Amino acid sequence: MSEEVIRTEGLTKVFNKHLTAVDHINFSVKHGEIFGFLGPNGAGKTTTINMLITILKPTEGRASVLGFDIAKQDNNVRSVIGLVPQEYTADEDLTGLENLLLCADLYGIPRNVAKERAVDLLKLVELTDFKDKRVQTYSGGMRRRLELACGLINRPKVLFLDEPTLGLDVQTRTATWEYIRKLKKEFGMTLFMTTHYLEEADALCDRVAIIDHGKIVVIGSPDELKHSLGGDLITLAIKENEDVSELIQKVEHVKEIKKEDGAYRIKAEFGEITTPFIIETLRKKGYTVTRLSLTEPTLNEVYLEYTGRSMRDAEESREATFSRRMTMRRARGR
Amino acid sequence: MSEMNNNSKSRLHGIWALTNRELKKWYKEPLLFLLSIVQPVIWMGLLGKSMNISALIPTDIPGVSPEIIMEQTFGTGDYFSFMAVGMIGMTALFTTMFSGMSVVWDRRLGFLNKVLSTPVSRAVIIFSKVLSAALRSMFQAGIVILIAVAFGLQFGANFSLLNILGVFAILFLLCVGLSSLFIALTIRSTRMETPMAVMNLINLPMMFASNAFYPARLMPDWLQSFVKVNPLSYTNDAVRQLLVFNTDWAQLALDFTYVGIFAVIVATIGIILSWRFLNK
Repeated sequence: MSEEVIRTEGLTKVFNKHLTAVDHINFSVKHGEIFGFLGPNGAGKTTTINMLITILKPTEGRASVLGFDIAKQDNNVRSVIGLVPQEYTADEDLTGLENLLLCADLYGIPRNVAKERAVDLLKLVELTDFKDKRVQTYSGGMRRRLELACGLINRPKVLFLDEPTLGLDVQTRTATWEYIRKLKKEFGMTLFMTTHYLEEADALCDRVAIIDHGKIVVIGSPDELKHSLGGDLITLAIKENEDVSELIQKVEHVKEIKKEDGAYRIKAEFGEITTPFIIETLRKKGYTVTRLSLTEPTLNEVYLEYTGRSMRDAEESREATFSRRMTMRRARGR
Repeated sequence: MSEMNNNSKSRLHGIWALTNRELKKWYKEPLLFLLSIVQPVIWMGLLGKSMNISALIPTDIPGVSPEIIMEQTFGTGDYFSFMAVGMIGMTALFTTMFSGMSVVWDRRLGFLNKVLSTPVSRAVIIFSKVLSAALRSMFQAGIVILIAVAFGLQFGANFSLLNILGVFAILFLLCVGLSSLFIALTIRSTRMETPMAVMNLINLPMMFASNAFYPARLMPDWLQSFVKVNPLSYTNDAVRQLLVFNTDWAQLALDFTYVGIFAVIVATIGIILSWRFLNK
């Protein structure tokens, strides 16, 4: 199936008549895929997600979720989506189970059905043993899992995850990815997520969109994007004190070569195949290779290529900063 | 899609869930619960008992009886009964104020966004806040009445248990009005400080420019004009008519009408303002 689950056409949000947070973006998300939304702070990620989950009304353009228009059929959209917010929204004074039942009530799910689902979901995110403990006592990872469970209580067709691993340590983050993969498999959902962590996007997403200054700069699968940068990076050094740049340049698939601090930085396509050729060429001429490394481009490089290297922290609102700080603090268990 | 149809799609679903969430936070925290009734008790005990106003009136002048003067001034033989009732209104005022603050927390912690992404109606989100504030205030007012009785509140001549229901009815109206107002004020705010300052600015003058501590007709004219438009004065008067005075039914009807109209108008404005904010 490749039906479009989310589709936007010229989706735009302007705040206070002059601040364009999202600027005519077009994209579509296919059924069953994990779609990642990447971008610096203030790029428009949260505004886009807030429009798709019907919290914000678009200024211009349109978008649909499962065929429902987000502005005109907002209540239909709300019934078929789930949200795992960036913040920990579970009520600290209530237990895990009570929180799930509260979520169920918000969807108008009858109590008996809700209880069944809650038990299943708690089992799925391995919180059964803690269901009657107050959320106050939960660790960051447990809270995140509870949020996941809450987002699934209405059996959504599309799940929105806003920075699902913000503030979590590496172990918990990796475990959370496992849960997300498991959930996707179990429920056959479409997932739309925003993230700051590029390795997360690389590991989880089928396709990613990089957004900056309210515009989508590039869309594609992580592999496509990495290849679009023009190949791998080979770094090598030789024993002899001669310039071999020209020699290396002649090897097939080598695109660029730079000499830096006595080492050669070579940009080449198909690095794994090209590297042995380079070594052989050098050997034949009697040079000895002393050091060699091959790096494939990561999503990090793709990201920096498209969004530049300047820092963007100043653009965040006071509210966003506060909620992020609270989330991080809670993730660490205070 | 069959699953969707199983879910109740009444426009009011979720109202009890959200109201109960607010209430649970409160009754599950005994300390908070206790503290919220300590304040009126302190006011009642210290102010009501220390201001022994009837002792000011000399007893050795022929023809002057403290009881009669007190009766003429306050409508009841002892000042404590008069001001204890004022404390009920004050409790309502402060409880609704703090429940207004919970909107700010819901916003900052992302809970509001989470709820907004569910099919719960926007009006229900606002109304559950109003309702929980009203229920809390009414419960606390009930406790204040009990404590006042224990401290020596003297009921009026025609007091019956039915009058208590009347007290709760007028308090409900007042709280619905006040909390809609406070929620409309706070819902736009992302920080605690601003609404706190605004509410302090509103609350204390509202309390003193009312008949909570002293009868309005003995106040200077300019102050009386404030007291006369203050819904708190009408609430206090209604509660006094019901609990400690010899009930003047015409006056009571006027009190109820005034507070009722206040509640409807302010709640409508408050809910429309909040609604518009949530649908931005």
